[in-house]
Amino acid sequence: MDAYFAVNDLKVGYKTFEGEKSVLDIGDFYIGKGETYGIVGESGSGKTVLALTIMRLLAAPPGIIHSGRITIDGEDLLSKSESEMRKVRGKRISMIFQDPMSTLNPVFTVGEQLRRVIRQSRGCSHKAAEKLTLEMADIVRLPDAANTLGKYPHELSGGQRQRIIIAVALSCGGEFLIADEPTRNLDVTIQAGILKLVAQLQRDLKMTVLFIANNLGLVSAMCSRVGILQRGRIVESGTVREILRTPRHPYTTLLLNAIPNGKGEAQDFGRLPPTTATETANAGCQFASRCPRRIPRCVSERPEARMVEGEHRVACHRAFEEGWAK
Amino acid sequence: MSLASLSVNTLKPRLKEIKLSFYLLNRNKLTKLSLVIVVLLLLIAVFAPLIVPYPGHVRGETHPQDKLLAPSGTYFFGTDELGRDIFSRVLFGTRISVETAVVAVVIALLIGVPLGAIAGTMGGFLDELIMRITDVFLSFPPLLLAIAIAAFLGPSLQNAMLAIAISWWPWYTRLVRGQAVSIRERQFVKAARAIGTSPRKIIFNHVVPNCIAPVIVQASMDLGGVILTISSLSFLGLGAQAPIPEWGLMVSTSRQYFLDAWWYSIFPGLAIFITVLVFNLLGDGLREILDPKTRKL
Repeated sequence: MDAYFAVNDLKVGYKTFEGEKSVLDIGDFYIGKGETYGIVGESGSGKTVLALTIMRLLAAPPGIIHSGRITIDGEDLLSKSESEMRKVRGKRISMIFQDPMSTLNPVFTVGEQLRRVIRQSRGCSHKAAEKLTLEMADIVRLPDAANTLGKYPHELSGGQRQRIIIAVALSCGGEFLIADEPTRNLDVTIQAGILKLVAQLQRDLKMTVLFIANNLGLVSAMCSRVGILQRGRIVESGTVREILRTPRHPYTTLLLNAIPNGKGEAQDFGRLPPTTATETANAGCQFASRCPRRIPRCVSERPEARMVEGEHRVACHRAFEEGWAK
Repeated sequence: MSLASLSVNTLKPRLKEIKLSFYLLNRNKLTKLSLVIVVLLLLIAVFAPLIVPYPGHVRGETHPQDKLLAPSGTYFFGTDELGRDIFSRVLFGTRISVETAVVAVVIALLIGVPLGAIAGTMGGFLDELIMRITDVFLSFPPLLLAIAIAAFLGPSLQNAMLAIAISWWPWYTRLVRGQAVSIRERQFVKAARAIGTSPRKIIFNHVVPNCIAPVIVQASMDLGGVILTISSLSFLGLGAQAPIPEWGLMVSTSRQYFLDAWWYSIFPGLAIFITVLVFNLLGDGLREILDPKTRKL
């Protein structure tokens, strides 16, 4: 598959008074046209930073993009000026934010906000925009649209708001969608509906989607390929099948075991090291301190991503030892 | 679902808000009373030329034979040293005070609010520049600054108005800037940027509407303060000039006749007192209504 969107050797850091801290160090990954790619990692692994870096919305300072290339259809986003980026945002890349509670402006009705975005992106008349607003509400299955659109964000439920946000993101007409944990804070029934919606819209509108989540189960249902993000590094990537059937990285195994299996024995995730620990000092694998299979080499030397087979890549010193595959 | 139903439904929430505001206004007796008086003052201001009993006395007409008459059926508030009806002049003074105060506050808002929103939203050098300039203005007491500017421009009502606008805008800039700084970090601003909204639209469509509530409260309270300042300037001879029936100017002139004609200073003074009081009460009431935390439903 040809790469439509690609990230190469991206390094992002945060400047703090204790010195610089690396938050993203991503080797390579790409997304084909029309594909849904999943990024999974626990909180604090850099998922949202990655999304904001792609949009070039990362607050700087303290964020610093050190090096790397983010290309969309061959165009490098990191070398664009702010005004060029403004033409990319919304027009080519849309984003669904993770928190539906605060993503809408509290002083305007949701219908007015949606209509404004439509007018801004399509440049159409007031009347035509009203019609498109209703159509969009219909596409995202907003119940009782005519009535709901006249309400303020605080009067809507989380699911209704998230639908509005998806409608806003889609109205821009971008061909690449970043969905940053679109179902966080939603209850399970609404979650299923929203996921179905995103999947269907992706098929219908032939969008390319970067789907970010902290739940490997969600991602495996939505995506064809997955990258596992741990402390800003993609430690394992491959097709959903490869990751689920034959995980090679101990972190992936932990993530998989963390999904409750109904027998009440989800594996303990291992204690998180204190957040003040200076990661800069660690020259080895970022996961070493929590890894059940640590060897001395893990602390001194950082494992490089190596190919297992096909699309499957893993960054672990012990991934190729006999009998490790699950 | 038809187009018509959508337009109806975008109107409905606004009607609901207005209804709620009236309901809340009615709950607080003092606010209700102040609103009634403010509306009355505005009506007097608008229709002053039609309702004053002696329009001639407002313009420079003099009737020396009627000078310093006590309040009576013919002259409700008595007459001044030139035989002019004080009632007519106080009524007309409402128009002058309200008009001048509204224009001064609007000018101050037009300068202050955009500057504050720009400073707060953009941050960085622009923020520093704008806020340091406002600091320079804020380092003078507002009345003193207004006196200095009015004295520099020359004594007239227009110049007093301008002086007040110039000494008042930094307060709005500071108020709006503080709000804008917190609003620009909100998720919906980030989301607006993520769909390629220009900084200008972010400032005026997202930041300003979200920080306007405290500005409305401040402005309505300031109206009282500005009316007082205009009267002060006129009292000092830096504002309205005779024969304009300005309250402060009338109080100033009346000082010489205070012992013989109490009515001459009392009625214009009372007008100032009531006007300033009701604008302050209204501002207080508005704050209660606009802030959901202090709303008592």
